Amino acid sequence: MRSDRNSRAPLALKIAAALGLLFLHLPILLIFVYAFTTEDRSFQWPPPGYTLKWFAVTWNRPDVWEALGLSVRVAAISTVVALVLGTLCAAAVSRTKFFGRETISLLVILPIALPGIITGIALRSAFNLADIPFSFWTIILGHATFCVVVVYNNAVARFRRTSGSLIEASMDLGADGFQTFRHVVLPNIGTALLAGGMLAFALSFDEVIVTTFTAGQQATLPIWMLEELVRPRQRPVTNVVAMVVVLVTFLPILAAYYLTRDGDQIAGSGK
Amino acid sequence: MSAGAHAILPGRGGLFGTLSDVLWRNPRLTLFLMLTPPLLWLGIIYLGSLFALLAQSFFSIDEFSGLIRYEWTFKTYAELLRPSNLDIILRTVSMAAAVTLASAVIAFPIAYYAARYARGKWKALFYLGAMLPLWSSYLVKVYAWKLILAKEGILTWIFAKLHLTPVLEAWLALPVIGGNSLSVSYTGTFIVFVYVWLPYMILPTQAALERVPESMLEASSDLGGSPAQTFRHVLLPLALPGIIAGSIFTFSLTLGDYIIPQIIGSSRLFIGQAVYAHQGTAGNIPLAAAFTVVPIVIMGFYLWMAKRQGAFNAL
Amino acid sequence: MQTAVAFSRVSRHFGAVRAVDEVDLAIAEGEFFAMLGPSGSGKTTCLRLIAGFEQPTSGHIEIFGETAEGVPPYRRNVNTVFQDYALFPHLSVADNVAYGPMIRGVPKAERLKAAEEALALVRLPGYGDRRPGQLSGGQRQRVALARALINKPKVLLLDEPLGALDLKLREQMQEELKALQRKLGITFVFVTHDQGEALSMADRVAVFNHGKIMQIGAPEEIYRAPRSRFVADFVGSSNVLPPDVTERLDGRRAWASLRPEAIRLVSEGGVEAMVTGHSYLGAATKLGVFLGEQRLTVLLPAGSPVPAQGQMVSIQWNPADLHVMEDEQ
Repeated sequence: MRSDRNSRAPLALKIAAALGLLFLHLPILLIFVYAFTTEDRSFQWPPPGYTLKWFAVTWNRPDVWEALGLSVRVAAISTVVALVLGTLCAAAVSRTKFFGRETISLLVILPIALPGIITGIALRSAFNLADIPFSFWTIILGHATFCVVVVYNNAVARFRRTSGSLIEASMDLGADGFQTFRHVVLPNIGTALLAGGMLAFALSFDEVIVTTFTAGQQATLPIWMLEELVRPRQRPVTNVVAMVVVLVTFLPILAAYYLTRDGDQIAGSGK
Repeated sequence: MSAGAHAILPGRGGLFGTLSDVLWRNPRLTLFLMLTPPLLWLGIIYLGSLFALLAQSFFSIDEFSGLIRYEWTFKTYAELLRPSNLDIILRTVSMAAAVTLASAVIAFPIAYYAARYARGKWKALFYLGAMLPLWSSYLVKVYAWKLILAKEGILTWIFAKLHLTPVLEAWLALPVIGGNSLSVSYTGTFIVFVYVWLPYMILPTQAALERVPESMLEASSDLGGSPAQTFRHVLLPLALPGIIAGSIFTFSLTLGDYIIPQIIGSSRLFIGQAVYAHQGTAGNIPLAAAFTVVPIVIMGFYLWMAKRQGAFNAL
Repeated sequence: MQTAVAFSRVSRHFGAVRAVDEVDLAIAEGEFFAMLGPSGSGKTTCLRLIAGFEQPTSGHIEIFGETAEGVPPYRRNVNTVFQDYALFPHLSVADNVAYGPMIRGVPKAERLKAAEEALALVRLPGYGDRRPGQLSGGQRQRVALARALINKPKVLLLDEPLGALDLKLREQMQEELKALQRKLGITFVFVTHDQGEALSMADRVAVFNHGKIMQIGAPEEIYRAPRSRFVADFVGSSNVLPPDVTERLDGRRAWASLRPEAIRLVSEGGVEAMVTGHSYLGAATKLGVFLGEQRLTVLLPAGSPVPAQGQMVSIQWNPADLHVMEDEQ
């Protein structure tokens, strides 16, 4: 029974893998417990009691709503910019062979490969040199720059799997460039773009390092949280916000996972 | 005959029809139009800022007025090599190395189990198990550890319940890695770094292990290799490119981070904090720029080494 | 009869590679035309030049008398059946077939009715609701055919359409394609590397090598009278005789070809040759003999006695079957 033997893992390996996964997930779950604690001065464990009142308190905090609103707007616009730029780049790189393709891939990946502080300080000093005042749009400028790569990666992977003859077939059947894009290219890369867009949204929504350099007086939700971490004002509110952020970011990531997985199946069945 | 009348059909006309014909006839123009927006954005805004920053590292700051003197000089780099600054660099690189090593050790069993034994639903679960922490909020993760490592937090409580409080106290009494509590010690910084960057190690390692054919391991045991020998001589060398690929992330991310050591750790600076301090309150952009050159150079060297090991195929 | 496709001195170069090199070609309307050649011989590039996916580096292409250079594929009333079929994975079979009419703005009900008719034509009625992924290779091929034919193209291009099918399905599809072409009267241009396929289906065959056409002609002509060693070799496994052997047998000093099935064993009056071995092919037996230094293949009809290895036999052929080639190559 060869397959039996292969499918049974050594006990030590099982334990090490399980401990590793627990290490990854327990701390996040702990946040959920703290969101209900009655203690508001320290991080006391175990919590002396449980209450729902901090949800109401958080709900009535205008600064949290403002930060959340700003984060959503920044993430949405950055995602749109990243979708356009990333798709254009991916299409150019995968459809045509031209001099400098490798350079373009490197250029797209660079903003995320270099530490965020470098991107942040570079943009900040450039804004200073160019006398650009910090605003909503300077945040977008920074976020879109590092969001391009996730869209690009997803789109390039899908383009690679999509047979080039599909485009030729569409043109052969009378569709011009725009019609081919609308009826063949877009439906085939759609889920990959959606997944890339969701990841870009999650990335932007959560970004703090570059944002600290490119934001003026505005506080996105991560900036708000960082303020609370450095100079705590009302700890329970931070606990609740942290829990909400976890839940909000999980949804697009799960959706992106299922979208690209389904995409694989579609591409696989086409062969 | 309707459609069959002519072999060559007229264009569909209109703006899009005409534009489509023009673009089709000029593939180079099409490529140019596609690449212009992303290249303008990334090439001008991003690379431009980056080079502007690097250029500033060759300026210096006037010690009396505190203003930047726009003259080419290596003075700022000389300043970078002062013992106190070298200390910062050394501290950061040691931390990055320790974090990378620990991540590799913790990631391997998870990646190995996921690649070799997990099937179907379990496989998806393992994949999401690494993906979700990778993408979930960085600050929330750091915050969670602030809760855990606090003096009144869960870790102290667990040690107390297990009657191991003296062990924790002995650890905290150690020089360098100890401190007042875990949340203000290097140990705390180290744990949080490992926690936050671990998923970046798991995914490439798993990808590399997935590519090791089962038959190769069978061949090794068939040739008389014990499980330990098979691991040492077959599995590890084949997984190494993946581990190196993962280490690029853990190393680079640790080098540039300034938030984790600020929130959990002692008051001694890391490179990221030094950059932040110099550009912010001190207003010494040239020195801050020179500091950013350090991780760029280290990562350039690291990437060059990794490329020689073939790690890029595992990315 | 009108000329469907005309090439005059058409070249297509990719860098230093001359994929198509100064090709002249005229395909008649309603013809079943095959382009035959080894891979890399330029036959597929020629097909792509007709479809409009490639543009000639130099030369002139006309389709039904109209200039084709600079005309994009979507403005050519020419359709292609792709080697990998290129069915759109995100569309149902019916929507795949109705793609051309959809682009032309034909109303939905009308185009789906046309798609059902086209599917019936390729003997796949009722398959419209399926996805391409749910079909077998042969079925996908028929869908690709229906998707092209629904547009009533002036020329239908087929790029190795049977390449991915197994032997039995292939033979069946060969007959069906031929019947379909006769019924519709559309000009078919068919690319293949399989000489059997080209000879059995086409009205005329062009044999390609190194970007040039080596010979164009009816299948019988190509088979019986190859103009060059390459054609003789590639189209069937002919015996190619060097000039000195030809001179000894025929008197003329030139390269010649002699088809294996044209050689027969006789009891007397032939040329003496030694049997080196045989292999059984089912419908015939292939016999290897040495005629002096020259190795020859002889095809014996089934049921005839097979001489043993090492035996001397007498072989003979009709002098008209020894075909002397004009071209040295």
